[in-house]
Amino acid sequence: MEVLGLLINGFVIAFEPLNLALIVAGVVVGLFIGAMPGLGSVNGVAILLPMTFLVPPTSAVIFLAAIYYGAMYGGAISSIMLGIPGASTAVATTFDGRPLALKGQADKALVAAAAASFVGGSISVVLFTLFALPLAGVALAFGPPETFALMVLAFATFIGLGGDDIPKTLFSILIGLVFSTVGLDIISGEPRLIFGGLTGFYHGINFLVLAIGIYGIGEMLWTIEISQGEVLMSKATVSFRRILSNLRDLKGNIKTMIMGSFLGYFVGILPAAGATPGSLMAYGVAKTMSKNPETYGKGNIDGVVAPEAANNAASTGSMLPMLTLGIPGSPTTAILLGGMVIWGLEPGPLVFTDHPDFVWGLIASLYAANLFALLINIGFIPAFIWVLKMPFTILAPIIFVLCVVGGYVPTQSMHDVWLMLIFGVVGYFMRKLDYPMAPMVLAIVLGPLAEPAMRQSLIGSQGDVMIFFERPISGTIMVIALFLIVLPLIKNMRKRRKRNAANGPN
Amino acid sequence: MRVAELSMAVVMAIFSLYLMWKSTELPIGWIPAEGPGGGAFPFWLSLGMLLCCLWMIGRWVTRTSPPSRSTEPFMTPQTLKLFLLVAGSLAAMIGLIHIIGVYGAVPLFLIFYIRFLGRHSWAIAGSLAVSTPIAAFLFFEIALKKTLPKGYTEPLFYPLYDFFY
Repeated sequence: MEVLGLLINGFVIAFEPLNLALIVAGVVVGLFIGAMPGLGSVNGVAILLPMTFLVPPTSAVIFLAAIYYGAMYGGAISSIMLGIPGASTAVATTFDGRPLALKGQADKALVAAAAASFVGGSISVVLFTLFALPLAGVALAFGPPETFALMVLAFATFIGLGGDDIPKTLFSILIGLVFSTVGLDIISGEPRLIFGGLTGFYHGINFLVLAIGIYGIGEMLWTIEISQGEVLMSKATVSFRRILSNLRDLKGNIKTMIMGSFLGYFVGILPAAGATPGSLMAYGVAKTMSKNPETYGKGNIDGVVAPEAANNAASTGSMLPMLTLGIPGSPTTAILLGGMVIWGLEPGPLVFTDHPDFVWGLIASLYAANLFALLINIGFIPAFIWVLKMPFTILAPIIFVLCVVGGYVPTQSMHDVWLMLIFGVVGYFMRKLDYPMAPMVLAIVLGPLAEPAMRQSLIGSQGDVMIFFERPISGTIMVIALFLIVLPLIKNMRKRRKRNAANGPN
Repeated sequence: MRVAELSMAVVMAIFSLYLMWKSTELPIGWIPAEGPGGGAFPFWLSLGMLLCCLWMIGRWVTRTSPPSRSTEPFMTPQTLKLFLLVAGSLAAMIGLIHIIGVYGAVPLFLIFYIRFLGRHSWAIAGSLAVSTPIAAFLFFEIALKKTLPKGYTEPLFYPLYDFFY
């Protein structure tokens, strides 16, 4: 019952006129950002975070969470209409969404995506409300070794479940961590890694500089490159009556929605996994569970419903470890976490006791954002289709200007703007070579938390590394992390053995 | 693609070595009663980076990573031209901010990009070049109270400051 009281209190905060306006604004902005090919919630949140200094932290996080949420709905729009995923989280939606659109059922797919997103969002928000307090309670018992072990787990998830090239993933994590150590050493207070003696490095490398560089400038360069060719836009006829009949048709897909929601939510909770693997897994499970899997990829409505329910559920799920443990569950929450630090809130379980308004206002705003996103999404489908027709050559320069100004504002130093450009260009090259970028951003956010945790633990144990394994909670986490790190090696060995066995008899 | 993959790995390996050397400016060993020195964390991480680079180079030699097998060019001439134009104009804008400030550089960038790269009409380019800086001024300087760099154009803004503050 304690939860209910806190939640009601949260609703009072979420429905303050300013916050309510920000929810609606955030959902609309998120929907548009999500609908634009190549731009997803990460990009929106990274580019717009500097704009939130105007409002108090609670309102700021509500606005950004609404963008996050809206982008999850919006991602489906370009996946279906253009066949280009609006965001990486909506990749799985193209598999069946595009064929449906080509068959002239674009509106059916769009409505199904919106409805599935709503179900995914609703289920996950309820789960979130129930899990938040107990998990935060457990986390209160954490000391530095446990915190450090959790960070190791977050990075291990990238290696074990990321599916990217392993040395490149590892490199990306390490370079992010090294960048996070630039500036003044927190314990001795001495300057560290001041490249070329530039004074701009004394205040460290702000994670926003890296995030905007990679997700703003780098991503735009990437999108400009791939959008050179002409894109085929599907036709969609939308009317109120058709929307209603489409909604009625979705009765048969409820089971898939619920499956996708639960799966997405729990994958989302895993540190660093996030909505993209969640939606891909949901698509896979829906296909294996289906009675006629051969229809998948040719325009099965379940193939749209499963990933869309999952990616919304995962976006909520990934906020759970961010709030309770201070470990982000996705790149977007990594940026939100960095934002919390800028706003002066210490991420971790203490947020629940020290800033209950912040936490419960955010949770309640998710309920509201979910409802608004559904209504706005369905109501504005024609508007989004118009946006998709907007030439990229107008959109791109405006986003670039936003990046430059947004990179300048937090520290008000031109040094950071140049650094951001360098990160953007190098990040673009690295991305072309399959270097995953999300681990780097996660690492620069977690670095300043991981290093002191490790150093404090080691001081406590007088240099004995076993401290991370001897304590029950940190030991368990470390073992899981180690397992995740060796997992791809085992997979590789198996694959090789299979290949050898196949080649053997010949 | 093959050349690019190797070059990136080699450049990053050199960068890792530089980081390792730079980390040794602070003690990297164990300081009694104080724990690991300030340079230890970045030093060992950079060593890890170096090892990853060597691993990538190894995979390049054995052709086990996808980019090291790809025969596609890293950038087609057309992509390269586009990239240089976009990144170059972006760098030029940031450089110009130092001299003529945000309110001089941003309109120039927008006009260049929208009119000359995007080949849209002067009406679209002009209206965005005027409205974007005004919106930025109202939002950042008035609402957020964060001044944007103005370079040598600073005196032109004194009347505006007088009006708003």
